Amino acid sequence: MMTLLQKPCFIQHMPLHTSISSTKMKGAVRKTWTNLLTVAQFGLKDPPYKLDALEPYISHRSLEVHWGKHHRGYLDNLNKQIEGTTLQGYTLEELIKVTYNNGNPMPAFSNAAQLILSRDLVTLLIWIHNSLLKMIWKRHKRFGTDMETQLKDWKQVWNHDFFWECMEPGGGKECTGEILEFIERDFKSYDMFLEEFKQAAATQFGSGWVWLVVKDRKLAVEKSTNAVNPLVWGHMPLLTLDVWEHSYYLDYQNRRADYISVFMDKLVSWEAVNCRLGRVKAFVNLREPAVPYT
Amino acid sequence: MALLASLRRTGGIGLKRGGLFTREIQSFSLPELSYEYSALEPVISGEIMSLHHQKHHQAYVTNYNKALEQLEEASANKNSEAIVSLQSAVKFNGGDNYEGSVYESPGHINHSVFWKNLAPVKEGGGEAPNGGLAKAIDTQFGSLNALIVKMNAVGAALQGSGWVWLGLNKDLKSLIVETTPNQDPLVTKGLLPLLGIDVWEHAYYLQGYFCCSEC
Repeated sequence: MMTLLQKPCFIQHMPLHTSISSTKMKGAVRKTWTNLLTVAQFGLKDPPYKLDALEPYISHRSLEVHWGKHHRGYLDNLNKQIEGTTLQGYTLEELIKVTYNNGNPMPAFSNAAQLILSRDLVTLLIWIHNSLLKMIWKRHKRFGTDMETQLKDWKQVWNHDFFWECMEPGGGKECTGEILEFIERDFKSYDMFLEEFKQAAATQFGSGWVWLVVKDRKLAVEKSTNAVNPLVWGHMPLLTLDVWEHSYYLDYQNRRADYISVFMDKLVSWEAVNCRLGRVKAFVNLREPAVPYT
Repeated sequence: MALLASLRRTGGIGLKRGGLFTREIQSFSLPELSYEYSALEPVISGEIMSLHHQKHHQAYVTNYNKALEQLEEASANKNSEAIVSLQSAVKFNGGDNYEGSVYESPGHINHSVFWKNLAPVKEGGGEAPNGGLAKAIDTQFGSLNALIVKMNAVGAALQGSGWVWLGLNKDLKSLIVETTPNQDPLVTKGLLPLLGIDVWEHAYYLQGYFCCSEC
């Protein structure tokens, strides 16, 4: 089953014997606090297929550069920038919302890496450990002020992880399953959805992304600039297409419309979208509430 | 005011009815380069130059002309909804009307300025500036190299698509390095453009520069 979750590639454990002392200087105390945190470095997740698997629609070279240079670059910057800051203990959802700052993004935001933590036991324990430390820290009124740290590439890491999973070799099959039912409900027909999606992708000026999201219990097409993703608006993405020029320039040059058509006709993975829809339904009721008759 | 201004044509005389000039809309064309596409090699490849000029810049000109025609039609039909929605297309491809720049158009004008900023090596491309500009650069930034380092850093830090500029603040009489997103013109920051570098990915991607700081 496709997963939106990504496990950190390794966990760096800091010594637990260091204690907080109120007699130390502020800088030293902060360092001590961060030393208590169990921190994670985020790893570059492979696309769920080989780099040449999407030929001839997306070339091996294009994917090699897009994943190996751009995506990797965002991730490296992310790890570099969180190192030693109090934000190391944050989940990515927290980070993305904090740095988006309700529409006045901090310099950090554009590179926000939203790595959705796996819900396995190890990560849960780490989260509990860090949360307890944060509570203690707040009580000492010495909570770090690293929100303004220059963090970049946060969002682009998550966006790219999500994007690779939207495609599959031999993709572009007919849209089937529950997603089709909701598309026909909310867009009147698949063709109308396709038209709206393509139009949004073609008219996103400059760099950005186009999304199929769940918004207010309905499906909708949205576009975003640069690295913004709909999670900051409280919407749940199901499908995305990267329309930054780097994603199509090697293969299609300026012909963005051709790239969009090829994505929808030959690459899109409706299986992945259906899986995500299944997860979204665990949080949101997309149908009218069913009132049981007695 | 932008709407009224956008209906004016540079020069010429028209009928005046209650302050509204109703004239023909001028259409724009792609400016020629003063050098061959391959003349800037090996720095910028001929392939990039021809794509950039014939496809991207031409698209801005074509879409700008189309948007202006549609805007004219919407104005004639008093279709205010269409007028408002076309304004952003006009701004992106061509431009809204900025003071002192009747019919100036960011997407189109940025590239028109860009081609003139470039020159083949044999025609002086890459040579250090002299005269008043050189003196101003040394005064403001310390040296030409310092300016280059600053423009590189600022350009590399730009998120998404945009331009890096060396601009002039006329009031303070100082040079400023500034960026603008997408095709926004430098006048939006109150500066006069002297030198602009296109850092949209299409400007360098085919040459193997996958991060704009590399070029």
